[in-house]
Parts: sequence; C-alpha cells; structure tokens
Amino acid sequence: MWDYLKLIVLGVIAVFAAIATNYAHDLAYQVNAIVVMLAAGLTFIWTLRTMGEPKVANQGEYLDGVVRAGVIATTFWGVVGFLVGVFIAFQLAFPALNFEWSQGILNFGRLRPLHTSAVIFAFGGNALIMSAFYVVQRTSAARLWGGNLAWFVFWGWQLMIVLAATSYVLGGTQSKEYAETVWYIDWWIVVVWLAFLAVFMGTLINRKEPHIYVANWFYLSFIVTIAMLHLGNNLAIPVSIFSSQSVQVTAGVQDAMIQWWYGHNAVGFFLTAGFLGMMYYFVPKQAERPVFSYKLSIIHFWALIFLYIWAGPHHLHYTALPDWASTLGMTFSVMLWMPSWGGMINGLMTLSGAWDKLRTDPIIRMMVVSVGFYGMSTFEGPMMSIKAVNSLSHYTDWTIGHVHSGALGWNGMITFGALYFLTPRLWNRDGLYSLKLVSWHFWLATIGIVLYASSMWVTGIMEGLMWREVDANGFLVNAFADTVAAKFPMYVVRGLGGAMFLTGALIMAYNLYMTVRAQPAKAPVNANNFVPAE
Amino acid sequence: METYSFLREFADSWALVALTLIFLGVVAWAFRPGSKPLHDDAASSIFRNETKPAGDAGRGQPRATDGARSQKEA
Repeated sequence: MWDYLKLIVLGVIAVFAAIATNYAHDLAYQVNAIVVMLAAGLTFIWTLRTMGEPKVANQGEYLDGVVRAGVIATTFWGVVGFLVGVFIAFQLAFPALNFEWSQGILNFGRLRPLHTSAVIFAFGGNALIMSAFYVVQRTSAARLWGGNLAWFVFWGWQLMIVLAATSYVLGGTQSKEYAETVWYIDWWIVVVWLAFLAVFMGTLINRKEPHIYVANWFYLSFIVTIAMLHLGNNLAIPVSIFSSQSVQVTAGVQDAMIQWWYGHNAVGFFLTAGFLGMMYYFVPKQAERPVFSYKLSIIHFWALIFLYIWAGPHHLHYTALPDWASTLGMTFSVMLWMPSWGGMINGLMTLSGAWDKLRTDPIIRMMVVSVGFYGMSTFEGPMMSIKAVNSLSHYTDWTIGHVHSGALGWNGMITFGALYFLTPRLWNRDGLYSLKLVSWHFWLATIGIVLYASSMWVTGIMEGLMWREVDANGFLVNAFADTVAAKFPMYVVRGLGGAMFLTGALIMAYNLYMTVRAQPAKAPVNANNFVPAE
Repeated sequence: METYSFLREFADSWALVALTLIFLGVVAWAFRPGSKPLHDDAASSIFRNETKPAGDAGRGQPRATDGARSQKEA
C-alpha cells in the first residue's frame, strides 16, 4: 500500500518535472527540471522493482550502510570541492584561466559559489550527516529510527548538491552568500532536513543509554538551528512556478541583517556546533580516554548556544545597520571567545596523560591540529569582529584567510580524522592501509593551510592599508587595480597552499580505497562478526 | 514603531536577565553535588555498545560507575 503511494508521488513528480522542462523560463531551471525528472524516474523504477520484497530491519544491528555511503560521498565531494577551490584560486592569480569559450559557465563568479557550497554543504554536510548517524547509534545503543528514512536523507542530500551545482554554473542564484540555492532547492532542503531531524530524534528517543551524550547535543542543536536559519533566510516568493527567480520578502538593511544572522550562524551551527559533535566523539575514541571534563562540555554547549546567535551583525560594521546592533554583534563575538576556548581546552586536555600518542598515531595528530586551528580561528574571529580591526580587515583577503584557517584547519582536519577512524571500522578492516600515507596527508594539509593563511594575512593587511592610504592633500594614493597588482605573488602562494591541501586529500582517498580493497578483514567471530547473546 | 521600541526595550532588559539567569542555572546544575558519577558514566558511554545496539534488558537501568561493562566491550 505504502509502495503504491510512493509510486504515485514519484510518478507525479516525474511528469510535472517533464512539463516544467518544457515551460522553463531559464536554462538553470530547465536543467534542474531534467535532473529532477531523472531522479524521480530512477527512484520510481527502483521502487517498482523492489516492491513486495520483505523489508527487514534487524534491530540487533546498527544501520551502517548509510554511514558507509556517507564516507564515500564525503571523500568524493571533498576532492571535488578542493579541486574547484584550487582552480578558482589560480583564476584570481592568472585571470587568463577564465577561458573565453566557457564564459558564463566556468568563470570565477559562477565557480565561486560552486566551491563554497561544495566544501560546506557537500563535503561538510555529508561529513556531518554520516557522522551524526554513526555517533547517535553508538551513543544511544539503538539502531537508526525510521527504516530507510536515513537513506532518503542521504540520497536527498546528494540530489540537492547536484541541483545546486548545475544551477550555479548556469546562473541560478538568489544572491545570498552561502544561501545561493534558488527557491525550489530551498524547499527540497527543508524536506530532507526535516527527515534528518526525524531520524536523529527518533533514534535518541529509542536510546538504551539513560544519558544523551554531549556529542548528540551538539548535533541536535546543529540540526534544529540550521532548520530555523534556513527557513528565516529563505522567505521568498517565486516569480513563477517555472522559473528560478524569486523575490525576497524582506528588503534593504533588514534583509542584510537576516542574511548575516543566517550567514554567521551557519558558521556557528553548521561548521562549529556540528563539528564539535564530531570532536566530542572521535577525539576521545581515538585517544581511548573519556573527554577531559564532562562538566566543561555542558557549559561549553550552553555558552555557545546562548552567545552564538547574536554575533551576526559583526558582518555589517559601518553599514546602514544601526550602531547599537553592530555593537551588540561585536560584544557577543568577543564573549564567544570564552566558550570556544573552553571547548578547545576540553578537546586538547582529553589527551592529557596520553600525549605520547601524538608521536605514534598520525590520526590523533590530525585531530589535535584540527582543535588547535579551532582555537586559532576562534581567537582571530572575535578580534576581527572588533570595529577598529574590522575597518581594516573587512572586504580584504584577511577574511578569506580567516575562513580558510577555520574551514581547512578545523573542519577539514577533524573530518579527515573521522574518515580515517571510521573506514576500517565500517568495512571491518584490520586498521588502515598505510599510516605513512596518513602522515603525508597530515603534513601536506598542515603546510598547505599555513601557506594559505599566512599569504592571506599579508595580502589582506596590505590591501587594507593600501585602500586607506592618503597623501598630504587627503587624496587616495592607490587605485583599486594597484592593490590587485600588488597581491599577485601572495595569490600564487595561496594557490600552491590549496594545491598541497588537495594533494593530501587525494592521498587520503587512495588510502581509504586501499583500506577497503586490500586490507585483510579483521579476524571475525563469524561471518557477520556477530557477538553471541550474553 | 511602537512595537519595535517595545520589543527592543524588552529584549535588552527582561529577556536579557531571563536568559542570563537560565544560563547561570544550567552552570549551577552542571556543578550540583552528586553529578560527578553521572558525568563520569556519560563520558565513558562512548566506549560501550561499539558493535551492536543494547538489548531491551539494558533499558532504563542505572549505569553509574559501570566499569565492568565498558571493559567487556573494549
């Protein structure tokens, strides 16, 4: 019965997408409609062919297939996102890479949102979803709730990524940074995200452990807050049901404030809270010691929740935003330093008494460097939010350097650590294929980030100083083009740093692939590694 | 403009006080006497149930300072 309903819904979607392809007002919409039609059609066929098969969900086992798929997707989208990033970095250094034949598709303006969304939502999003599914099962001692709903979340998220990527390069955008996806993709994100929330909450409710482990608090706050931010920032009325275009409900400074309320909390809850969930599970697991202070983790959590939501206005210093709002954002950003460093100390001190592991275990080294970068960028961020500093740093490359020390250093490294942790366990392998390659990855990535961040500091501060330089008569000394010319060497260094980071990720992909392919299986108790009932 | 002024004044007075008190309450709750064994148990819960879900028997049982169980799993 349920299957028939699914077939009807999928059929209707496929037919509507076919009609929409015909009536599309713009190319981005048309291509998206074709993608939706294919996706609905394929799911229709799959549903039809598997109809009537008994669906058994063994409550005595964890649902790890979807986590395995998430590991593959995270690695794949990571490499894609880093590759696009390296390419656009070199486009900035060598504008000739904006080829004439690909104008309007592969030029910097089209590829930049592709890069940011690929690394944040495809790489980061898949890492968060798959690790949330892994962690919530282990810490709740319960199988994922909702049967195959977790698989719907996985495939729904991949569909979102493909729709967004094809839309961006063909010009579909609502011109909101980190929320470029057009209205129908926004609606689809809501559907997938609510399913994600349902799976996560359902599993928590089914838990066998009395306490909800702190990593799950971070994951849950990430899921709930992203839902709220996404709905708030994407209140738009479509121009037509056959068009990518929509009109934002709010306008002017209100819209700008809502955008950066979203923008900064996307950093706060997507790239911080969610990844802190990863930190609070994978660092203690890899170190084989419980977290340094569970009390501190509770305070860390609530301080972050109470403070982060107010920090957004620091993106709008010296604009039409009222002064009080800007000061409020600055104050809360500076206060955020405390919980951030509390969390960093908690992560680092988990290793106290086991520091020798840093010498022998490159995975724990990766996690420690990740937490170190978290501390560094959460120090740099509050500093940059101070109005006087911001007047120099804003609109310069310093901001880009700050974002990347957080994204590559903190989010990237903790995700790599989690991937190295998970792969042998999920495929039941006796350890990783090569620890030496992990070390190579570690050093390539770390040196790459250092090159990236330091070149962006130099070019950012230089650019800021050049913009404000005036001569004795009060005239500006430098034209904008002068700053662009002066930045060239740093742009090349940044590109090289990115290329090293990408090389490290490729080494990781090879290492993970060989782990699954060539490593001997862990000595099994029996075929499925079942443990007899006690 | 009336609603705006009202909400703005409410936000930086009573709402601010209420949120601060809730936060301080959470901190006090974390430090309450007797919370240590519960926290130690929660912190070590990640070392249990690594390979398969717990049976129904495990549900709702207090696990404070359950060292034996975590060693068995490891």
